[in-house]
Amino acid sequence: MINLLTEKCIACSLCVKACLFDGIRLDGKIPVLTDHCTGCGACVEVCKVGAIVSEGSSPPPPDLGSYRDIWVIVEQQEQGVHPVSFELLGKARELAAVRNCGVAAVLVGSAVGDSVSALIHGGADVVYLADASFLYPYRTCPHERVISGLLEEHKPEIVLIGATCMGRDLAPRLANRFKTGLTADCTGLTIDEQDGCLLQTRPAFGGNIMATIVTAHHRPQMATVRPGVMQAVHSDDRTGRVVEVEAKPDSVDDFVRVLQTVAKPGSGVQLEKAPVIVSGGRGLQGPDNFKMLSELAELLDGQVGASRAVVDMGWIEHAHQVGQTGKTVKPRLYIACGISGAIQHLAGMQQADVIVAINRDPYAPILKISHVALIGDVHKIVPELIAQLKAQQ
Amino acid sequence: MTVWKGDIQAMDFSFTRAQELARDIARSFAQTELAPYAQEWDEQARFPAEAIAKLGPLGFMGMCIPKEYGGSNLDGVSYVLVIEELASVCASTAIIVSVHNSVGAYPIYLLGTEEQKKIYLPDLATGKKLGAFALTEPNVGSDPASIETSAQADGDHFILNGTKTFITSASTSDTVIVMASTDRNKRARGISAFIVEKGFPGITVGTHESKLGIRASDTCELIFENCRVPRENLLGPEGFGLRAALNALGFGRVGVAAQAIGVARCAMDAAVAYSRERNQFGKPISSFQAIQWMIADMATEIEAARLLTLRAAKLKDDGQPFAAQGSMAKLFASETAMRAATKAVQIHGGYGCMKDYVVERCFRDAKVIEIYEGTSEIQRMIIAGNILKK
Amino acid sequence: MASLNIIVTVKQVPDTAEVRIDPKTNSLMREGIPSILNPEDANAVEAALRLRDEHGGTITAITMGPPQAEAVLEEVLCLGVDRAVLLSDRAFAGSDTLLTAFTLSRAILKLKKFDLILCGRQAIDGDTAQVGPQIAGFLDIPQVTYAEEIAFSKGMFRIQRGLEQTRELVEARPPVLVSVNAAGPVPRYGSLYAVEGACSGEKLKRWSTKELALSPAMLGLGASPTAVKKIFEPDRSVKGEVLQGSEKEMAAQLIARLREMNCL
Repeated sequence: MINLLTEKCIACSLCVKACLFDGIRLDGKIPVLTDHCTGCGACVEVCKVGAIVSEGSSPPPPDLGSYRDIWVIVEQQEQGVHPVSFELLGKARELAAVRNCGVAAVLVGSAVGDSVSALIHGGADVVYLADASFLYPYRTCPHERVISGLLEEHKPEIVLIGATCMGRDLAPRLANRFKTGLTADCTGLTIDEQDGCLLQTRPAFGGNIMATIVTAHHRPQMATVRPGVMQAVHSDDRTGRVVEVEAKPDSVDDFVRVLQTVAKPGSGVQLEKAPVIVSGGRGLQGPDNFKMLSELAELLDGQVGASRAVVDMGWIEHAHQVGQTGKTVKPRLYIACGISGAIQHLAGMQQADVIVAINRDPYAPILKISHVALIGDVHKIVPELIAQLKAQQ
Repeated sequence: MTVWKGDIQAMDFSFTRAQELARDIARSFAQTELAPYAQEWDEQARFPAEAIAKLGPLGFMGMCIPKEYGGSNLDGVSYVLVIEELASVCASTAIIVSVHNSVGAYPIYLLGTEEQKKIYLPDLATGKKLGAFALTEPNVGSDPASIETSAQADGDHFILNGTKTFITSASTSDTVIVMASTDRNKRARGISAFIVEKGFPGITVGTHESKLGIRASDTCELIFENCRVPRENLLGPEGFGLRAALNALGFGRVGVAAQAIGVARCAMDAAVAYSRERNQFGKPISSFQAIQWMIADMATEIEAARLLTLRAAKLKDDGQPFAAQGSMAKLFASETAMRAATKAVQIHGGYGCMKDYVVERCFRDAKVIEIYEGTSEIQRMIIAGNILKK
Repeated sequence: MASLNIIVTVKQVPDTAEVRIDPKTNSLMREGIPSILNPEDANAVEAALRLRDEHGGTITAITMGPPQAEAVLEEVLCLGVDRAVLLSDRAFAGSDTLLTAFTLSRAILKLKKFDLILCGRQAIDGDTAQVGPQIAGFLDIPQVTYAEEIAFSKGMFRIQRGLEQTRELVEARPPVLVSVNAAGPVPRYGSLYAVEGACSGEKLKRWSTKELALSPAMLGLGASPTAVKKIFEPDRSVKGEVLQGSEKEMAAQLIARLREMNCL
């Protein structure tokens, strides 16, 4: 607990500079503690005149009861609202039913007004709409400023954001603004029966450990959620209202400017969309052997994937990498050729509907999650598959 | 036991952080820059020029040279660890680097005048130039005192005449340290060392030998026909050459021991992995005692060889005599590599004879390592000499 | 010529590529896993090195971790980083991303001037990608995430971002925090020339709560807003079928199975 001995203060403002939480400020010449003080004591250390002392226990937690409602931060894309936003609204409705509260969507962008009704049909009781040209394309600073203002004013208890590039850029900044907890990449969200807190389940260690995280004493509870996990809802009957939010640009916004946006080439590797992926690993023994995988992939209308090991060795480009530091895929069919199944690879593909492993090692870890396994020489089996598939066409 | 007199002070078998870092850097480089190409280089007997070029700026070509001359100044233990890592993936690259460091550049640091060091060491230490060492001749292998290459004084030059054989990096090197006789009558005491630049008139590189193993390292004859070498390039005092050569080779030997361990380790790792995957009679062959015993013997000998080699390196680092231990290391490590490679091929069965499997190359490389840089017979002579003379 | 003061945050992580599942218990074997420099941090360090090589300046690497985390600092010193700082104190244990970012930010402030903070996008053990942006938040500076290429000219950083469907070219005014992807610059090898300097201790500082002027009671597990309530391993086993026979036979069986499962 920080105590200010204001009579000793010489208004040098070293304490203000030392604080990273915006926990202390100078009101003219008088030091004042703000709500954000965590009692860390950094100011105590820098004060040269002993005007700040630390004593007793930590500051009292905020009044959790004053925070209500579940909010979803919506992501605007070139072609409309990102599907994950609807998935989050669906989940928000579910959570709101348990918490007996409302659901709001925050839509920040430019020329986004058309999406409002879809958001209401998708589950939002209220849509906070900030529509201005400086808000598109997305930049961290203006979006964070506008949304923070809304969160400060309306105090939602839970804020959900899609774990997309944008979401994972924005969410930590928002969480930092409120010095609150943020859980990344959640695959499960429920409400704790005992204390009403949000139970956030997420994978760690490359997806081979699941952790359930709680933000017990801070608000809002923030979570980013993987696309494709939650279920969107839709009801044309649903009604709601729009609150138009005024958003003004600030000169600091332009410290970052987007100069150019280019679509990634369409003919490029689009593993996330491929229904079939034929993947190669060290067992292929050489980069040339990816040719037969390409052939097989083509016959199956699929794409070629790869393990991190062979990408690191330069056998194939990074765009094909499946795994923790590559792409996470959920195809209908995943054929792993000469891939042992290191955990960081499994993390990227274990959600596939059907997993086939071709490997000469009967103890390869990938076999544990394979629906069908062929123990043998991949250099013989793959050409056989190609030949037989061609014959059957 | 005279060989062990006055040593084994601190029995600390752990590596320093610096040694571990050097080893890790070498391992990382070997995995990405050598491993994918080693088989191809071996099949085509192709000098790994691109890889060697990359090693220079990273300090691999000046490991025995202090920073003031452009070297990375690693201790002997680090040197051994680095060579082992390179060899575990490509024995040829390892010997190119080892010869360059230990007998191509290091003798100039040990014996050279300040002038010679300033002229030759920076380029060698940074890998801009490649070094070689020429002692062996068609008629002279294990008995170097009998070398026939002559160096006749002629004003401010020496004229070299003769032929050197089996010279590592003969065609790719820029400088060669050549042992020649300045006074046949004095035999061993009449041999002198010279720093010879390949550009000097009168040097020809002979045929590039096609070898059983270590094929990516070029091994050729060097023919000296009235080769004019400036007097300033005499390395060390006249008549001191053989002693200098044998000193340098003493350290080179430790590098070769490290190379042998790398090859042995490669063979063993391949054999262990294969034995887990290969099934016969309904089980992996690693569950059969015959295979298990072979693996146990390989592992034991490699462990012993590694300890011998590290000990020789540590003695050198501590400024202690290490000639006997260096020979023991080369002798035991190279013979271990041959035994390990033989067992590894056997474990692979028919596949061990196929070029697709690395153990085939380990086997051929190990045989060459057993012979060069001092045959096992010579090593035994040196060790016995060391014990019996006391 | 501009000279850049660059800070890189790095982390020592278990090599999740080497984590094995115990076949008997079907759970993770977490002992004896080698520790490595987080892969995307290596990309961040390389980005820093390229900028410094071109424009001059100093690179300082910081890591927060137990004493053995020094190993990654030595590693990046071998890559060419100029100085390194280890933040280590029992009080830091159990920090979530917010507290980690807070502690790193205090250290960065102590280093005073910087034009650029580089970090890897995310660590392979936590997978959150939160610490970078939260450092930017504490320091109140702009951030650019998902960077693949960084250039510097006329006093501004030009950053190529790789997003899901698009590539974005962004201009940012220093000071700024940039997080770098695995598709960022390919890391170079360590240099043997740098080994001696990396281990001599001259380039490495160790700071605890004392040097950072932080009160231990307000750090680590106790102060973290998020807490782990439960850890469990998902049921990962699948009742799979191992095909028998020759390659030809196995191929035929596979095709038949896939047809049955409607995969073709």
